[in-house]
This record gives sequence, C-alpha cells and structure tokens, in this order.
Amino acid sequence: MIIEILHMDGYGLYVWSSFSFTMISFFILYLVIKKQFVKERDKFVTKYGTLNSKKAEIARSQTINKEILSNTQSI
Amino acid sequence: MLKILKPSKIFLFTSKAPKYVLLLFILVFSIGLLEALILSPEDYKQSHSVRIMYVHVPAAWISLGIFSSITILSLSGYIFKNKNFFLIAKSLAPSGLLFNIIALVTGSIWGKPTWGTWWAWDARITSMLILAIFYLIYLIAWRIYQNKELVFKITTIITIFGIINVPIIKYSVEWWNTLHQPASVNILSKSSIHSSMLFPLIIMTAAFALFSVLIFLMKYNTELIKIKNKGLDRL
Repeated sequence: MIIEILHMDGYGLYVWSSFSFTMISFFILYLVIKKQFVKERDKFVTKYGTLNSKKAEIARSQTINKEILSNTQSI
Repeated sequence: MLKILKPSKIFLFTSKAPKYVLLLFILVFSIGLLEALILSPEDYKQSHSVRIMYVHVPAAWISLGIFSSITILSLSGYIFKNKNFFLIAKSLAPSGLLFNIIALVTGSIWGKPTWGTWWAWDARITSMLILAIFYLIYLIAWRIYQNKELVFKITTIITIFGIINVPIIKYSVEWWNTLHQPASVNILSKSSIHSSMLFPLIIMTAAFALFSVLIFLMKYNTELIKIKNKGLDRL
C-alpha cells in the first residue's frame, strides 16, 4: 500500500517532487516573512524603550502602536 | 467607506488574525493533501501524474488573481489618493510571486511525463514566465525607490503593463496552438472535470488562498510596523 502510494505507477518521483517543492516553498516564504516581522517588531519595541515618558505616552496613544505593544510579551 | 480601510482600523484585525488563519490553513491543507495524493482517482490517460494538477492549477489561478488584485489596488490608490491601497498591494506581491514560481516549476515537472520535455517555449508557459518577471520587477521597484510618490507611480505603471499579460495567459491556449491543454474548469459553462477531481482541486485552491491570506497579513503587519518605526524617530 505505502509502496504503491510512493511509486504511483512510475509517476511517484514527479508527483512527490511537485508536492515537496510546493511545501518547502511555503515553509521558506513563511519563515522569511515571519523573520522580517519579528525584526521590525523588535526594532519598534527597542525604540519605544528609549523614549522618555512624555514621548512614550504620545506614542502609546496611537491605536497601532498600542496594538503592537500589547502583542509583544516583552513589554 | 474608505475610513474602514484606515490602517489603524485594519491593524486591529490583521494583528490578531494570522494565528487563526495559520490553523485554518493547516487544517484545510491537510485535507487537501489527503484528497489530492491518496483519495482522488488517477486519470485514465495521465495516470497518477494528474495529481500534479492539484498544486499546479491552484498556484496558477492564485498568482493570476493576486496580480489582478495588485493592479486594481494600485489604480485605486491613485484614483482615491489612498496610500493604504499601495501598502495592501505591496503585501500581496510576495505570495503572488511564490505561486507563480510554483505554477512554473510544477508545470515543468508535469511536462516531463506528459509531453516528454521539462520546458517548451509554448504560449501559456512563456506568458506565465513573463508574469513572474513582472512580479519581480514590481518587488524590485519597491526596494529600489525610496521616494513614496515615485514608487507609487512606478509600481502602478508596472502593474498596468503587467495586466495586459493576464488575458493573454488566460486565452493563450485558445489563440495559439499550444502543448498546454485548454481549461477544464469553467465558471460560466459546464466543467469537463469529474467531481471526484474537482473536489480536491477546490480544497487545494482554498488552502492556497488561505496561505496567501496568511502571508499577506504578516507582510502587511510588518509594513505597518516599519512605518510606525519611522514615526517613533520623528517624535
């Protein structure tokens, strides 16, 4: 049964390589985008940490900034 | 109406959505893989090689859909003077390019057992390659140009030229003699594909669409945080 699924009457190499390529591509793009996201978020958190209390309050009054900070566990 | 499309409103949703979309994608993709690789029948002519269709066709559909969306968004951005449309368009492009590459590579792999060659300068394949080039130029333009107004203008021009290629891709199999088979799935007329193959195809298309939504959400959030990072510098 497993051999049949893998072999697919001689087409296994083509079918499995197509599906593998798709899944590996998905995984790589997901990792790349995730890495970019984490990098930008960490940069934001670091910058926010350097602000004085007045500027930090102004920054926190904006919806998006508040949302970024609330989604960051290090804050 | 356009107030709903304000980044601050959208971010409330997009910042929370990725984890749910990822879970849904894993679920739908798992069902799709089971259907496509094991449960669906083999083709009487192409045998098991027909299973490549379940990744090749959805990838091609979604890459075309995303490019069309990017064009509409870029033009709307220009008409309504809404920068957020450009940001949404930019965030859609990486998954569009990936699906285009998947369509080309899996098409090439499918071509070997079916046509006896990995590649042919056939109208459908060549026009898909041209679309990939447009995707690349579009993404490179965003990297090269720092001036916002200039990059909005250039990327819109790229999409206007690129969209001319989309109907060419769609009708290439009818306009020219190509190795590529005509469409088996039609929205307006009866599809020539059997329901036992149509079902896994729909499931895989849904899974691929969910993946593109996931990548879009993550990329869009990244772009918004990037803008907010610059905003912190100006405080």
